This record gives sequence, C-alpha cells and structure tokens, in this order.
Amino acid sequence: MSTREQFRRPDHDNETFIMTTVVGSYPKPKWLHRVRDLWEDEEANFDDEDWAEATDDAARVITDEHERAGLDVLVDGEVRRNEMVEFFAHRIDGYEFNGPVKVWGHNYFDKPSVVSEVTYDENWLVDEYEFAADLTDRPVKVPITGPYTLANWSFNEAYDTEEELAYDLADLVNEEIQKLVDAGARYIQIDEPALATTPDDHAIVGECLERIAEEVHEDVYLGLHVCYGDYSRIYPEILDYPVDEYDLELANGDYEQLEVFKEHDFTGNLALGVTDVHVAEVESVAEIKENIKKGLEVVPADRLTVSPDCGLKLLPRDVAYEKMANMVRAAREVEAEIDNGEIEVARTPASAD
Amino acid sequence: MSIVTTTPGLYPLPDWGKDSLSSLKGHQKGDLIGGDEGEEITTTYDEIREEFLTDQREAGLDRAVEGQARWDDMLAHPLAVHENVETRGIVRYYDNNNFYRDPVVTGELTANGDIARELQATSEHTDSLQAVLPGPYSLADLASNEHYREGDFLDAIADFLAGEIGSFPAHETLFLLEPSLVETPPGDGEDERASEAIDRVAAATDAEVVVHTYWGALEEKVHAHLLDADVDAVGYDFVSDVEDNLYNIQEYGTKDSIALGLLDGQNTLVESPDTIAERIDWIGERLPAEEFETTYVSTNTELFYLPENKYKEKLAALGEVAAREEVTA
Repeated sequence: MSTREQFRRPDHDNETFIMTTVVGSYPKPKWLHRVRDLWEDEEANFDDEDWAEATDDAARVITDEHERAGLDVLVDGEVRRNEMVEFFAHRIDGYEFNGPVKVWGHNYFDKPSVVSEVTYDENWLVDEYEFAADLTDRPVKVPITGPYTLANWSFNEAYDTEEELAYDLADLVNEEIQKLVDAGARYIQIDEPALATTPDDHAIVGECLERIAEEVHEDVYLGLHVCYGDYSRIYPEILDYPVDEYDLELANGDYEQLEVFKEHDFTGNLALGVTDVHVAEVESVAEIKENIKKGLEVVPADRLTVSPDCGLKLLPRDVAYEKMANMVRAAREVEAEIDNGEIEVARTPASAD
Repeated sequence: MSIVTTTPGLYPLPDWGKDSLSSLKGHQKGDLIGGDEGEEITTTYDEIREEFLTDQREAGLDRAVEGQARWDDMLAHPLAVHENVETRGIVRYYDNNNFYRDPVVTGELTANGDIARELQATSEHTDSLQAVLPGPYSLADLASNEHYREGDFLDAIADFLAGEIGSFPAHETLFLLEPSLVETPPGDGEDERASEAIDRVAAATDAEVVVHTYWGALEEKVHAHLLDADVDAVGYDFVSDVEDNLYNIQEYGTKDSIALGLLDGQNTLVESPDTIAERIDWIGERLPAEEFETTYVSTNTELFYLPENKYKEKLAALGEVAAREEVTA
C-alpha cells in the first residue's frame, strides 16, 4: 500500500483519488471563547477540568463538522491551541514569556524567549490526537509547528546560533512525532511558515527535517506546510527534503507563483491551496474545480491533495464550512471527469518516486 | 571623544496602549493610522509619547526620540499617512515576521507636516531631541510608485523628506535609518544616486546627521559611496556583523563621528553594562577611536520587536553606559 492509498475511503466512488484535507486551524465555536474568558478569570468558579471538558466538546463539534464536509482526512481544528508557537513553547522546558510583541498593526503575539537548553517536558499533541482519532473512522492529520519556526519565531537568549536551537528543537519534535506515531497517527504535517520569512535558511530546515524523518516509519505520511512567501527563493531546493508532500498557499496570489513549480519537475506530492482563507466569500464549486486543474498542471491526480491555502481560523465558521464542502464537491467532480476521460491528465510514470 | 547614548526609535507600545488602541482602532488594514485620527486616539498617543520620554529620561539617555508609537507601518509610515499615497496589501517588513501596508504613491509627494507635529509635541519635553526618519533609499525601497518616472522616484522621496524636515522643531541629531542599503543594496550607479539622495535630505537640517545601517554590513562600494554624502556619522550594526563592518571602516575609513549598534534590538537577552563597555573598548582598539568627535552608542535596530519589559531594560542598559562615561570622563 502506498502511503497515500491508506487515506482512500472504502466507499470512495471514483477510481481517481484526489485527497481532500485542511491545513489545520478552524474557527472556534463562539462559546469556547466565552469559556476561555471564564477559565482565565481567577474569580470565576471555573477550573482546568471544566476547560478540558469544554475543549473536548469543541473538538467533537469541529471534527464532526470536517466529517460532514466530506474531507478524506480530518483535523480537530486545533481547538485546544491558541497560537502556533506559544502553544508549544508553554510545553517545552527552556522557554519563558515576557509579553506581547507586534506582528502588524494591532496584531500581537506572545513571542517567547529561549532562556536555557530546550528539553522535552509534557506531551504536546498525543492526547489531542487520541481524542480526535476516537471520534471518527476517518484518518486524522496532526499539524505540528516545525523546529525551524519554533526557533525563528522565538527570542534566542541561550544558544550561540539559531541553527543549534533549531536542531535541538528538531529532536524534541521528533520525540513528539514518535509518540504520535505510536498512538496511531499516520499523517503528520510539519508547519514551517518561518521558512517564507528567511528563505536563505532552507538548508537548516532541510537538516531539521532529516533529523525528524530519519526515524519515522515508512507508513507515515509526512507533509510540509509553507505559506505567504516568495516560493522561487526556496524551490526547487525544498524537493530534497525528506517529506512526502508539500502544502502550498497559491489561491491567495491567484496562482501567479504556479509557474515556479513548473520550471523544475515537481517530484513530491502537492497539497495545493484551492480556496483563499483571507477572503470571506465562498468560492463556487466551478471556481474551485478550475483551481484544482491548476494543480494538475504540476502533478498528476494521484499525487495531488487539495486543501485551503492555510488555516481557516480567521473566517466566519459558516464560511469556513462552505469552503470545505465546496472544495470536496469540486474534487469529487474533477475525479469523476478524469475517470470519464473528460479531463486529460498524465499518470505518474512508473519511474517517479 | 564623547559618547552619546541614543536609540533608532520606533518603540513598542506599552501593553496598556496595545489594548486600548486595539479597541479604539481595530485589527484590520483599514483601521491603521491614516493621519486623520480622532481626538480619543490622539490623546492616547499623546500619553504614550510622554511615557516614552519618561522612559528615556529615567534611563538617562543623552538623546530623546519621539518613539513613533503612531508608526503602524514602521519605516513606511511617512508615506502611509500621505494624501497622495494609497495603502494596499500587507507586505513583509524585510526578513521579519512583521508586515506593513504597501504604500503606493499615486500623486505628488508634497510635504505634509505629519512628523513635524509629533516632534513638536516631543520638543516641549526635552532639550536633546533626536529626530528619526527613514532614509530616502529605504523609504523608496519600501514603497511602490505609480506616479513618478522610475528614475525620478528616489529624488522625489528625498525632496519629500527634506520638505518634512523643513518644518521640524530644533533638534540636536537626525537619525536616517537605511536598512535597505544592506538588505537590498543598490547596484552600480544607483549606489551613487542613493548617496546623493541622502545628501539632499541631510542638507535640510543643521543638526548632526547619522545614517544608520543594520541587518549586516554594507557592500564595499555602497559604503564607499555613502561616505561621499555630507553627513556627520554612519551607523554600523555590530550585533549582526562585526567582521565586515570593521573591514569596511578599516579599509575605507568613516566619517568624523560614528554610531555603533551594540545592543540587540531584536533579542530579549539584555546586554550587561560590562558587555557593552567591553564591546566599545574592543571596537575602539581596532579603530582610531580617539579621532571620533562623537561616538553614538545605540541598539542596532528599532525597538518595537521587543516586549515592553525588555525594551525598558535595553534603555536602562544604554543608560548605564552614559552613567559610566560620566564617571570616567
């Protein structure tokens, strides 16, 4: 069984299989925000156990919502996570927090400082994965912030170089991934948005991934998500990374960067962003089908995954749902059209890896 | 030799200001400063400006900056508030996890006095005012141009900045921040024009002018051309690159005064006074320091990257340098 085929559902109607999934984050139920306020209010009679119960409920709701949208591979919407670096930094020894810093305008995040050697402390995601996996028969993907982004989006007070910090963090990410795999996870997506901010460091990201992939079982499908940057500065170099799939944001730029990926043979699997997460209008099925066909210009259907550009969390929840549902409909229609010969596509040549 | 402690400005908002301005203004592109903010927002910025001045006074810095709390778009701000500039998509601010609105120049860049008003309010509280502006090369690099002929844009930006300076209150020093000279270095011919543009801006003030560069060292030719500009000092980032900056100065010399970026404006690790003193001495041993009229000691970058507590600690560390110099002088 190839690592992609394990995600094909038994009742999948079409011979062609274009895998559908999401990048990870999803709008939280509104009541969860109110619950968080209560949890953070020292005067409220609301403890950690209550919070755990609320996040369990939210995970149930969002996982079910993903399933209803028809996704082949689900995520729990990352409902337990507040932010992609903070969440992990709170669980790693060696980090401390000093307060919010600006990202843009009046948008801030609690950028943590590494003040001593980073070490593995408590589980990061195993409980979250096990809970979500128990809710559904479908495969659940685990997005995890990559070591380079964990290093680059922190202040480094303790290590001589950011590179050394990234490698130490890679060992911790590796430890977590081993635990996730032991718990049954088969689809791990490593998020490295910082690669877009410092493309010159692509070799460091590569070394981090080598450290992670080295020990991962061959059945495990490894994805890499990179978004909002100039891909020509990291492509084709990233093709040397030891991952199965590259998850890229291209709908936002109206596929202007698609040409970058045609200049060199795209040897990995492509997870293509086919809906824009910064536009609150739901793209029609017809429009998304056209976007999916853009992906077919780069890879054959059996190496194409479709997902939104990035996490959906900033959208209104009904819009996020409709974007997923339309995306799944569009993928199924494109599959059927390929099966019927209405769309001419190449198959992966036997020699490709 | 005299040591002058200062900063390149662009301070982080105090945490209360982050909260209150978030609620007053909002989180989206269209909510950011356009130069026409109402009374409540103006009052908030006035309070923050006074707080910044108190921070600098308490730290004992030799120069006081306005702190640029209003500069939502960082160094692109002077254009972002201009009536003939449209702010469009969010674009990355150099190689940082920070973004600003792309300022697209769509009409003539007449001086509008926005920055002069901020400095006027500051000058009422200090006798050692330092103005801070983006250098013309960096501002042109951060902007998009849909109005001027390509070859005229840099000069138009320089004239705009010079016009702004014309209405500034009296100031001791003008820092022109030119990170783009390092990050997107000008090519042949362009390097000379960049230097001439800086010259035009510098000529608009009687104050000491420091052209501060950071995120590495200048290419040799860019450095050589920059020295042709009639400015008082060039600033070098000794946090990110010691070797190439030393090489440039040893090989080509520098101005009569110098600015040393010695504290890391992008790391919460606060340098001890001993470390800073050692760095000053170490650089001094390798350069003919005794010939410098003034040595400005500063952070390498703007300070908005830091959380509030660490920004204050950086100012305090700089202040320690000033205190020690007084003892030893």
